[in-house]
Amino acid sequence: MTTPVITPYRPGQQAARDGFAQLLRAEWTKFRTVRGWVIAMVVGALVMVVFGLLVANGGSTTCQASPTSPVQSGAACLPRIPLGPGGEAVTDSFYFLHQPLDGSGSITVRVSSLTGQYSTGGIAAGPDPEANFASGLQPWSKAGIIVKASAKPGSAYAAMMVTGGHGVRMQYDYTHDTAGLPGAVSAASPRWLRLTRSGDTLTGYDSADGIHWTRAGTAHLAGLPAAVQAGLFAASPDHQAVVSQSLGGGTSTGGPSLATAVFDHASLSGTRPGGGWRGGTVGGSPGGLPASVSGFRHASAGFTVTGTGDISPAVGAGDGIGQYLVGAFAGLIAVVVVSVMFITAEYRRGLIRITLAASPRRGRVLAAKAIVAGAVTFVAGLAAAAAVVLLASRLARAKGNYVLPVTSLTELRVIAGTAAVLAVAAVLAVAIGTMLRRGAAAVTAGIVVIILPYILGTADVLPVGAANWLLRLSPAAAFAIQQSTPQYPQVIAGYTPAAGYFPLAPWAGFAVLGGWAALALGLALYLLRRRDA
Amino acid sequence: MSQAPPARRAHLPDDLPARPAGRRNVRHGGRASLREALHAEWTKLRTLPGTPWLLAAVIALTMAVSAAAAAAVSCPSGGCSVDPGKLSLTGIDLGQAVAAILGVLAISSEYSTGMIRTTITAMPRRTTVLAAKAAIVTGLVLAAGTVAVAGSLLAGRLILSGHGFTPAHGYPPLSLGDGPVLRAAAGSVLYLTLIALLSLGIATIIRDAGPAIGTVLGLLYLAPIIAVVVNSPHWHRSIERYAPMTAGLAIQATTGLRGQPISPWAGLGVLAAWAAAALLAGGLLLRLRDA
Repeated sequence: MTTPVITPYRPGQQAARDGFAQLLRAEWTKFRTVRGWVIAMVVGALVMVVFGLLVANGGSTTCQASPTSPVQSGAACLPRIPLGPGGEAVTDSFYFLHQPLDGSGSITVRVSSLTGQYSTGGIAAGPDPEANFASGLQPWSKAGIIVKASAKPGSAYAAMMVTGGHGVRMQYDYTHDTAGLPGAVSAASPRWLRLTRSGDTLTGYDSADGIHWTRAGTAHLAGLPAAVQAGLFAASPDHQAVVSQSLGGGTSTGGPSLATAVFDHASLSGTRPGGGWRGGTVGGSPGGLPASVSGFRHASAGFTVTGTGDISPAVGAGDGIGQYLVGAFAGLIAVVVVSVMFITAEYRRGLIRITLAASPRRGRVLAAKAIVAGAVTFVAGLAAAAAVVLLASRLARAKGNYVLPVTSLTELRVIAGTAAVLAVAAVLAVAIGTMLRRGAAAVTAGIVVIILPYILGTADVLPVGAANWLLRLSPAAAFAIQQSTPQYPQVIAGYTPAAGYFPLAPWAGFAVLGGWAALALGLALYLLRRRDA
Repeated sequence: MSQAPPARRAHLPDDLPARPAGRRNVRHGGRASLREALHAEWTKLRTLPGTPWLLAAVIALTMAVSAAAAAAVSCPSGGCSVDPGKLSLTGIDLGQAVAAILGVLAISSEYSTGMIRTTITAMPRRTTVLAAKAAIVTGLVLAAGTVAVAGSLLAGRLILSGHGFTPAHGYPPLSLGDGPVLRAAAGSVLYLTLIALLSLGIATIIRDAGPAIGTVLGLLYLAPIIAVVVNSPHWHRSIERYAPMTAGLAIQATTGLRGQPISPWAGLGVLAAWAAAALLAGGLLLRLRDA
């Protein structure tokens, strides 16, 4: 008697278990048969591409090699920016007093003074370009010893240096920076620096007295040739002064600067095929200063070396690829509208009752909708983002605007990450639509929670601290995934969200949006189960 | 039951001849119908369940964001280049989204329920219907916007004086007696109203609430984002001058007017042109299309 009662239920249970694929198919059918939604997704993707091209289409750059040569424009004006060993754009200009070094060896020096000058206004014409300069060091003015693959800009190096405001540092291959002895250098408290080479490994040491040495760091420079250049250097990045601390950004002025270091007790051990010290600028003289301002002098038992420029990643030298993806905000609006309507249209037409009657387990309905909306968005977003990065960087280069080079892995992260942000935003929108059940309110909520924090965080409305917190906590944090070049503490620059720098790491920012979507989905599920449809 | 028919008949002479009686009466009816349309729209909008909530949200959200922005800023003794008037009205950035919902729902809610057919049957002059809707929306948003802006400025005055915005630093307390502040305040109320009217116009064109609000918010919010990153200074300036949000909010500037991409009233004029164009296109389509 009991058996026939139970049997009719079993197929039912089984159907419910493998019914999820059918549920997905049902939701996919609902999605693709509404022409307006498909059109909206396509239009959203196209607008994303158009905005990317609009951003890349800067006014065509014009330039002249010299006052008498013909004016050129477009790609001919692309700045020649050297690439570092890691493939990143770098600034590599400094004064280099060097000797060849063959194979293993070591270089030691004592620095007894580091002083500087900087331009507050223009550069004086005539024989004395530093006439208007004020004296003072930049925080990252630097001088010390360096072992470099060659004098060619962008080649591998490791260096020990004293700096204007950050004590002794060991830096290598442009992006790496570790701290050594703190404090400023002076005749009363000189700094001893040493670099030893053994194969590909360079080890930096510092000391206050030349007797007790501390290891500051180790660099492995893969593929360093046997014959390298070793010697003394001085460099000083541009002076920057914030003129108006306008909220969120602020304008700054500045100009070139010089650093002068006094070295003594310089010694080089190892095989020296060339012998003798030779001086010269590496990478030209930036900032419109004539090459004559840099140089070296023999001083009492040592050298005085003066240089300008920097050895660092080139921050702000061009556009990051993430900037071209600003159209993702337009795509986002299309995605939010479609995803919200994906659920609210069911409520408006009463279709939700049929949907829930056909599939009484409401959680699965919500899951199927979220998956379909997310997957469709991801595919459309991926195609659009890939097209933007490809087309916009080409257009920018053709117009003579430099695009900061990034590794293919970073490029992939930016493109796929943008698509993923849009997909998660679609899931968030489905959840908000389920909660509010009304199109207008849900669309507004979905757009405002993501876009408004970004606007308030990037526009000059809030102070930097508050703007950064907004971009850490709100769903807008997810746009950190579009940051294509890292923020370097050893380079002073405008690291603002508008310039493509976010307070959170790329995937951490993405996780914040994921958390919001999960929270909304949970709340939507609770309400969907509890309420009558 | 026997009393009802005479009572009805008593009304008939007033009502009935109005219909077949030709041009003069129609014209008379047309004039009367603007008042009736206003009354009808007022009743409809007033009795929508969302309207009171939306009006309350305009006030609450505008004031909350304004107060939060004011609380986040402090002016150190070295001086700062913050525009306290604009800062105290930051909440308009969010409040406008709610005003946009109000404008959109004023007509979209009729399309979603099919009420629009009843409305148009009762009021065959469609532009009158739209004009009446615009008038009611204007009135409601003006009222809510005035409260929101007054509250925001009051919050800004109270909060900012505790954050270093003192007369000693060159910042007298915010006061409506100050010309630029009064202009920023009145302009912000008008800004909210124009945003609601722009939304009404776009919703009349698009009809469906979701896409309509999406279009409005895209039009508003995308421009400032694009303007920040766009490479070409020419495009940057054009976007800031002619996009509805960036141009319209120029009215909020109380200091540093020279740095603005567009002068305050011209900016609000740009927004008014957007709203007028949207309403005009909406009115035209409303006349031409089937409801």
